[in-house]
Amino acid sequence: MSIRVEHLTKRFGAFHAVDDVSFEVEPGELVGLLGPSGGGKSTVLRIIAGLERADEGSVYLDGERVDQIEARERGVGFVFQHYALFRHMSVEKNIAFGLDVQRVSPSESAARVKELLGLMGLTGLEKRYPAQLSGGQRQRVALARALAPKPRLLLLDEPFSAVDARVREELRRWLRRMHDEVHVTSIFVTHDQEEAFALSDRVLLIHKGRLEQAGAPADIFDRPASEFVARFVGDVNILDAVAEKSGVRAGALTIPSEGHAPGEKLSAVVRCYDLKFWQADDGIATVTRVLPLGDRVKVEAKLDDGSAIFAQFPRRSSLLRGVERGVRIQIEVTLARLYPRGAIPGAE
Amino acid sequence: MPEPRHTWTRGRIVLLAVVLAYLGLILVLPLGALVSRAGAGGFKALADVFANPEARRGLVMTIGLAAAALVVNGLFGIAGALVLVRQRFPLRGVVDALVDLPFAISPVMVGLAFLLLFGRGGTFHPLLDAMDWRVVFAFPGVLIATLFVTLPFTLREVAYVLAELGEDEERAAATLGASRWQTFWRVTLPNIRFGLGYGATLTVARALGEFGAVLVLGGAISGRTQTATTFIYTAVEERQESAAYGMALVLALASALLLVLLELFKARVHRQESR
Repeated sequence: MSIRVEHLTKRFGAFHAVDDVSFEVEPGELVGLLGPSGGGKSTVLRIIAGLERADEGSVYLDGERVDQIEARERGVGFVFQHYALFRHMSVEKNIAFGLDVQRVSPSESAARVKELLGLMGLTGLEKRYPAQLSGGQRQRVALARALAPKPRLLLLDEPFSAVDARVREELRRWLRRMHDEVHVTSIFVTHDQEEAFALSDRVLLIHKGRLEQAGAPADIFDRPASEFVARFVGDVNILDAVAEKSGVRAGALTIPSEGHAPGEKLSAVVRCYDLKFWQADDGIATVTRVLPLGDRVKVEAKLDDGSAIFAQFPRRSSLLRGVERGVRIQIEVTLARLYPRGAIPGAE
Repeated sequence: MPEPRHTWTRGRIVLLAVVLAYLGLILVLPLGALVSRAGAGGFKALADVFANPEARRGLVMTIGLAAAALVVNGLFGIAGALVLVRQRFPLRGVVDALVDLPFAISPVMVGLAFLLLFGRGGTFHPLLDAMDWRVVFAFPGVLIATLFVTLPFTLREVAYVLAELGEDEERAAATLGASRWQTFWRVTLPNIRFGLGYGATLTVARALGEFGAVLVLGGAISGRTQTATTFIYTAVEERQESAAYGMALVLALASALLLVLLELFKARVHRQESR
């Protein structure tokens, strides 16, 4: 099913939870709504499901406007952040609920439940109660329950936030595999950029109720539309820069660039791996900390004008030779994104 | 979870002794006296109660009132709790506080208040007179009194459970295609059932024990408005002490039964919450 959302706005008192958000989702897509907590992602999801009413704007499912249609008539599966399993029902009763209330015949319902138990790796747990399941199992039951009535659209609200890191990894694989098999159009909400990028065909980045950028993960990563996006999707340095005749400069650093009018004030966003550090006694900075991070090493340094900068290198990188705390280094910026300073909403 | 063993310090021993002594003096001693006094007659005291037609009528009246309170305030409790917990409306805070009024107000005052409305010279008296309908010193009077004093129990217990549960399960039911009615019967009601049972038991206990409002509004007329408690009061006044103690024993047994029920429901409510 395709989804079209137009100019969605939702206020809670004076607070704009959702502010003029528009986007489309193609049939069969798995889309991640990404953004910091409290940014309005879940509200968008709940409005699409019919659990919340928008103050302005419309939602179209398969071209049909559904603003006046109740949640139960929309045929949308919803997976809640804290599962919301029916606590007094066994696993199989939970999964069968949607089929039972829609008066599907018992034999058909039983067959569908069995199929889903298999798909979700829950076979053998059908008589258990939610209280007797682990977090990962509960989330899979919630997923199976939402899928049972064959929804046209599946919505997942922070589906993996309530389980620990190892189980989360496993559940992501479940979701991706489930989506590749069932191919139901799906939208999930997450504040974890790694999760969004690993799972989604497309990512919608939402911040302070507004859609900041929409695109394939690689697009957003390589061509962030704003300083906020650049900052959110990677470990970055943000430097105050000024365009000069000879090029853009941030203090003693030269920033690769083209086509900026001299005098223009800019913010330079530099990813931690788009920098080179090397030992040089006539350098422009001093190393303040060297942090081993598994296969990578993070190096923090202080420029002579007092500002801090950091970079990451592979552990065996030749650039690290002689780089240790207190050593003078030279710095080269190999790639930077430039934004007009202060013009980006949401950028601090 | 295993509790860590604690050591018996002097402070703890004193505190425990004070608590136990107080409970013994205020609770156990008088109840023990009642049971042993009534029990001296043994089963005969009980048999006397059931043999006495006046006592029997009082008992039937009390059971009827308790059943009425259970049904009416049970239904009202569910509806009221849903409204108070799930809906936002003007003056909600005031309504919420009003519900607790029967906890705070003396039942005798309640009786007097209803007398002002329905009694001779009361606001509604001409209307009732015209309809040839009696409230005061008649069954409707004791019924109203009982409903008033038992009003908050079910509502409060159900509201507490509803607030703890949240609405996610009901929202989930809606996204799965359940109608409001299906959601209520299949999700909400099963989830509140132990809270409902707890509140209903408290309601019955309160209805069995009510005295002041029932006496003021009903007047303890034998066979018409006399309840188990007002029967005891009348029997004591008329120096029929064995009848009084017999009835007290019946009520005490009923209370013991209710206490067991309460503990059962309480345990289930807590088990449900810890999920």
